Amino acid sequence: MRIVVQEEAFDLGAEANAFAAKDAANGAIVTFTGVVRDLAAGDLDVMEIEHYPGMTERALTKIAEEAQSRWSLGDVLVIHRHGRLAPGDRIMMVATAAPHRKDAFDAAEFLMDYLKSRAPFWKKEITSDGADWVAAKDEDEDALTRW
Amino acid sequence: MDVLYFAWVRERIGLPKERVETEAATVSDLVAELSAREDRYAAAFADLSALRVALDQELSDFDAPLAGVREVAFFPPMTGG
Repeated sequence: MRIVVQEEAFDLGAEANAFAAKDAANGAIVTFTGVVRDLAAGDLDVMEIEHYPGMTERALTKIAEEAQSRWSLGDVLVIHRHGRLAPGDRIMMVATAAPHRKDAFDAAEFLMDYLKSRAPFWKKEITSDGADWVAAKDEDEDALTRW
Repeated sequence: MDVLYFAWVRERIGLPKERVETEAATVSDLVAELSAREDRYAAAFADLSALRVALDQELSDFDAPLAGVREVAFFPPMTGG
């Protein structure tokens, strides 16, 4: 299991390759990548991501451990950035490795659902009109009930 | 104890972190104590349903006791991913 919280960009291809090359017992590798989406008007200048150093790493580790206890996983990777990002920049990635694909897919979805509303990150959208904190959505909280 | 604020809570209160000497028994008591200090605290804590609290970096709730707690953090619902 590897948990990374960093400001710098990460190399999606290199990370995915390194993660997938580890253990031939894992017949399934799932990766998910989150990208800064531009606003409908196309005027997002910057997305600022704030986090709670210390708690972030703890929360992500706890979520990844929970995934490992629920599914048969060979490995888990979570990378999440903070700081100032531009539209199109990659914010985060998760990768799961498992002997079988259902475990890898389900665990990746579980990780995404939980880190959306249980990992201490906050997003702020900055446009030429000003800055707005992104509000949490009820559907993100509701998504946790399915697990 | 150290009290930390994040996102719009930090902006509304105007600082990221402060040291608070308190006898508050629970998180709610601490919130009442801070809100009584100044308007900016009262404004930040006006609607507790819009806030989350962590005690020593674990999510908790407003009824939780503060005995032995070293770090309290207040923030809006999280928006990771």
